[in-house]
Amino acid sequence: MNLLGKLDWNAIPFDQPIVMGAGGGVILAIVFVLSWVTLKGYVPYLWREWITSVDHKRIGVMYLVLALLMLLRGFSDAIMMRSQQAVAAGGAQGYLPPEHYDQIFSAHGTIMIFFVAMPLVIGLMNFAVPLQLGIRDVAFPTLNSVGLWLTASGILLTNVSLVIGEFARTGWMAYPPLSELQFSPGVGVDYYLWSLQISGIGTLLTGINFVTTILKARAPGMGYMRMPVFCWTALASNLMIVAVFPILTATLAMLLLDRYVGFHFFSLDAGGNVMMYVNLFWMWGHPEVYILVLPAFGIFSEVSATFSGKPLFGYRSMVAATMAICILSMMVWLHHFFTMGASASVNAFFGVASMIIGVPTGVKVFNWMFTMYGGRVRFEVPVLWTIGFMVTFVLGGLTGVLLAVPPVDWQVHNSLFLVAHFHHVIIPGVVFGAFAGYVYWFPKAFGFKLDETWGRRAFWCWFIGFHLAFMPLYVVGLMGMTRRLQHYDVLSWQPWLLVAEVGAVIVLAGIACQVIQLVVSIRNREKLRVGGDPWNGRTLEWATASPPPAWNFAVVPHVATLDAFWNAKRRAATGANQAAQARAYTPIEMPKNSPIGFVNAFFAVVTGFALIWHIWWMAGVGLLGAFAAFLVFAFRDEDEVEVPVEQIARFEQSHPAEVVL
Amino acid sequence: MNIAVTIDDVARETLPIASEAGPAPKRIVVAYGFWIFLLSDIVMFSALFAAYAALVHATAGGPSGAVLFNQGTAAIETACLLLSSYTCGMMSLSVNSRSRSAVYFFAAVTFALGTMFLALELREFAGMISDGAGPQRSAFLSAFFTLVGCHGLHVTAGLVWLTVMMAQVAVKGLRANVERRLLCFALFWHALDIIWVWLFTVVYLIGVQP
Repeated sequence: MNLLGKLDWNAIPFDQPIVMGAGGGVILAIVFVLSWVTLKGYVPYLWREWITSVDHKRIGVMYLVLALLMLLRGFSDAIMMRSQQAVAAGGAQGYLPPEHYDQIFSAHGTIMIFFVAMPLVIGLMNFAVPLQLGIRDVAFPTLNSVGLWLTASGILLTNVSLVIGEFARTGWMAYPPLSELQFSPGVGVDYYLWSLQISGIGTLLTGINFVTTILKARAPGMGYMRMPVFCWTALASNLMIVAVFPILTATLAMLLLDRYVGFHFFSLDAGGNVMMYVNLFWMWGHPEVYILVLPAFGIFSEVSATFSGKPLFGYRSMVAATMAICILSMMVWLHHFFTMGASASVNAFFGVASMIIGVPTGVKVFNWMFTMYGGRVRFEVPVLWTIGFMVTFVLGGLTGVLLAVPPVDWQVHNSLFLVAHFHHVIIPGVVFGAFAGYVYWFPKAFGFKLDETWGRRAFWCWFIGFHLAFMPLYVVGLMGMTRRLQHYDVLSWQPWLLVAEVGAVIVLAGIACQVIQLVVSIRNREKLRVGGDPWNGRTLEWATASPPPAWNFAVVPHVATLDAFWNAKRRAATGANQAAQARAYTPIEMPKNSPIGFVNAFFAVVTGFALIWHIWWMAGVGLLGAFAAFLVFAFRDEDEVEVPVEQIARFEQSHPAEVVL
Repeated sequence: MNIAVTIDDVARETLPIASEAGPAPKRIVVAYGFWIFLLSDIVMFSALFAAYAALVHATAGGPSGAVLFNQGTAAIETACLLLSSYTCGMMSLSVNSRSRSAVYFFAAVTFALGTMFLALELREFAGMISDGAGPQRSAFLSAFFTLVGCHGLHVTAGLVWLTVMMAQVAVKGLRANVERRLLCFALFWHALDIIWVWLFTVVYLIGVQP
């Protein structure tokens, strides 16, 4: 009986300088940050105000911090792959051995989807949705914190694999039979599976929380047709989370059973069915694309209306398109594997269904254009991201329609044409959207704007770099280059891959601009300081102070129209609402902070790590610890604190509302 | 149940339109959120059902359901669960009438019936495994053990939850948040019944046909 399961010193790849260098650097950075925080005495503050916080705004900010850090990790993987492919032509093997290269592309996909795109989107929803709905927090604030920290646990486990053991070499979908024990005996796939199971629970909790919040806890008067479009897209996104994340959980659980206890769901022998995994995975995977992109569409809608000074064109059609996409997205999963060998009529059905999604998406694009048409558009940074998105996304969507034609798909399946296509929709769709939201809501979160010059530089670097990096991949894809090649013999591909490398370097410059932008903006924050409504906004989040108090609104707003804040400002301007009566405040019940999310996540990491390395006693300890923590939480007596009237009044006096709602 | 009682107590005309009322009362928000969770749980089961349906004939030369399943045991298991749902309903009514002893009594009966169900299921599993029809035998058996076992795990979790809730009733009394949790437990327990009815039909009724 080995107390440490499969874990021993061989798990640490001392012989691989790149891994050791990267791992060492990350560990040094973590040690540096932790000791700086401790020496400066920030630990109690962080514990009190952030780690145990159940405030949706703080949780949203923490999601974004996680996502942006992971963007650096995922992008490092990306640029390493681009560099490898730029040099590993002909007889050259490049600088990455195959087993390392395989881990990099698997980690890149996993991290970018689960730990960058998801937290970006969930973070922005967390921050903005309750403010837009005119309420004080989400339906289940503590659950929200649990979800955040479970996501962080998944992220931590994935990154631990860098130094202890290995990550999956199976690609981010971990298709069997390659991901079965027979062909992947190492711990890489287990890291993948447990990270995703743990963070997946967190995502599901978020989905439940937001569906309930949006459907049951809106400000008085905010009927469905008065909800900001971002809330609608968040609703669609969270409905899809609730509908499809359990499928992922079940699928990964089946693969875990295969790997750990010899079940035969997807094995080659005893009747296992490999294509069942692929079907189930994409029943989650395709809606996942829209879970990510719909909230980004919502951000583009808010940005184009706000910065054009016009109401959103076709609000109702926007809502209908969102919900249509929400439903259609669950009916197209098979287009990810037309080559499975389903009958022509099955392929035709899924091909046509995939093309039909282009219709509501087209409706949206036209709505954004008509919103800007005739408006007095202010070309601030969020608008740049929005226009950049519209131009790029339409082209990426067109290549998607090409891929939806089964015969075409058979030709370019698993080629770099496909890789170019999905980056072409997901980078402008999700990443540009999240960046637009980041710049748009940053002043609301921190009370000062981000530096505009560096923001513009970041946009142009990303925009140009993106096109240089991915347009060549369409070409080499059509020339027959398949995805995930560690090296290749066809020398005519190399010039295109060199161009792609240049593009990746320019994107790196864009990321550098964003880091500089943040530093410069924090330095100049006094100059960039803004009031509650820096962009002349339309929705309720701009009606409160920047940053908003913990309770968001001293008096819960009563909503009578769409674009409630905009209309209130118009009424105030015409004098109809001038009587800013002394407001009568009542004490506010706010949810009490709780360490349960953090403690639970700690035990989740212990359990996950133990299961990955087959340290069974430790897994038991982790589970018991989580259960004990849960019991302590369930038996606590106080779950709310009261904010006294004086405190509210004091805050309101120092941050006078521009318009009384 | 409880929600309906609460709403029927007031005249419907006096209630404002939902969208004008603002955030719903906590009890409704909690029950609603729990319903959404149950829906997600049912989606997870639907994936397991799909896997079972896809693999039901993949017996790899091993035994099929027609040979393995004992409808008599399954019928007793069903009876246990359905009865426990009834006693769980009685427990909810006792919560409404604030009778703690009745709550304990019906919780104990529910617990006993749930345990009986689990014991029968485990006996069935043990018998199959000792006959060489364990989950490693074939894809069909993998899917069977996972689907039925996942329901069994839910029942186990429900029993643990019920125990914790009784401790809470004893220590904290029937205060508002304990009552909300009992409401969620009742929803959970009934949902397990719904899943079992499907499971009984798909696995034990359709599955024994040659």
